[in-house]
Amino acid sequence: MDIPPGLRYTKEHEWVRAEGDLGTVGITDYAQDQLGDVVFLSLPEPGKQLEQMAVFGEIESVKAVSELYSPVSGEVVEANVALADKPELVNDSPYDEGWLIRVRLADAAELDGLLSGEQYREYLEQEAE
Amino acid sequence: MTDQPTSATLRRTPLYDEHLRLGGRMVPFAGWEMPVQYSGIIEEHNAVRNDAGMFDVSHMGRFQYYGREGVELLRRVCTYDIGLLAPGEGHYCAVCREDGGILDDVYVFSLPAEVEDPVGRRYLLVANASNAERIRDWIAGRKGGLNSRFQDRHESTAMIAVQGPAAMGVLTGLLGEEAVRSLKPRRCGLYFWQGEEVFASRTGYTGEDGMELVIAASMGPVLWRALLDAGVSPCGLGARDTLRLEAALLLYGNDIDESVNPFEAGLGWAVTLDGDAEFVGREALLRARDAEPKRVLACLRAEDRGVMRPGCAILRSGEVVGKVSSGGHSPTLGVSIGMGYVPPQMAEEGTELTVDVRGRPLAVRVVPRPFYRRPKPQVNA
Repeated sequence: MDIPPGLRYTKEHEWVRAEGDLGTVGITDYAQDQLGDVVFLSLPEPGKQLEQMAVFGEIESVKAVSELYSPVSGEVVEANVALADKPELVNDSPYDEGWLIRVRLADAAELDGLLSGEQYREYLEQEAE
Repeated sequence: MTDQPTSATLRRTPLYDEHLRLGGRMVPFAGWEMPVQYSGIIEEHNAVRNDAGMFDVSHMGRFQYYGREGVELLRRVCTYDIGLLAPGEGHYCAVCREDGGILDDVYVFSLPAEVEDPVGRRYLLVANASNAERIRDWIAGRKGGLNSRFQDRHESTAMIAVQGPAAMGVLTGLLGEEAVRSLKPRRCGLYFWQGEEVFASRTGYTGEDGMELVIAASMGPVLWRALLDAGVSPCGLGARDTLRLEAALLLYGNDIDESVNPFEAGLGWAVTLDGDAEFVGREALLRARDAEPKRVLACLRAEDRGVMRPGCAILRSGEVVGKVSSGGHSPTLGVSIGMGYVPPQMAEEGTELTVDVRGRPLAVRVVPRPFYRRPKPQVNA
């Protein structure tokens, strides 16, 4: 299971990569593997204000639909429009081309409350038991 | 108490270890522990549409009825007159309640016999896993004084469906050229493979050509591996569902149940009302045939992005007119498709409807059944 260091993670299996005051958000390799083939995403429009751990969209795989939770608060500045035609990017490249949204961070301190890669891995191992 | 059994009480098919060996993701299904996928649903789906895939369908009920009046027992419970089946023929039909509600949809085969068996013909009834025990017991309860006998083959055999344009070629290698060439659609035969009897029928649940095979439980894994070696892709319940939905084949519990009669579900072709079989539900179905149905099953195709799922409301001009019974993403068509019951005037081809996908409207259109029909085989002149 790929869990890159340097990102922050949630127990809902999202990740956030902070660069300056922007945070890029996606779902983890574990999440895409559990979901299976992704076929459709419902993502927010730029300008939408997100609250930390509130639902910001939905992800549909062939199997089922799941809700997406924002790891951070802030304003959506961009959604990954490439996913409209190629939702499978979430499966093929969950940490890179398959990113979901970019958010202008309202409170960078929120990042400290999220899991590190190491903590997320431990969490997955606990859940597996 | 809940109906969901814990993993400790889930049943396993003779192919369980094969699924684990192939990395199948096991899930509870109708009381069984079954693989939902191996490599991925879309990849498995495409293997069946373009090449050959196989499914463990051992969880489906397999019951044999024989004896002098075995056929009479089946004629009492099946909507299709089983007395019309010649040896080697099979037919899909429903088993109904007195009021015409569907208890299960089943396939019944009249097993081929070289010579007429003195104790009467032998029939194989294949029932849904979710209904198997209920149907077995329900049929037993209709036996009365009939001289019929019963054999439960659910656990003593394994069942494997081999489907796809390359399936018949692979099966030729296994069962022999003559066996495969002579087995016409919906017919069945008994063959030998590695010294073991194999029941084969030219049937399936994917919209593709292929066969369903039944073999002794102990030989199930051997046959599974032989098919694997022949290049057949293992496929799970996920692909089975997307394939059957594209073919607009019904799923019990979703598209049909006790509240629906066969005519509403578009299964009139599986009901014999002009014969003398006095089956349970016949009177109700005679009335249903002659009455205008209040609702019929329509095929819906999304006009926009979004995925309709079972339970989503179907609307016309803002008013709820039905509910999606089966729905999902169609890998072959690249859009969402589904089925649902709507008033007959709204089931006409081209009708524009809206499906409420958790608060978001999804434009859909009524399209002909099925969504997918396999291309005609190429004939070399």
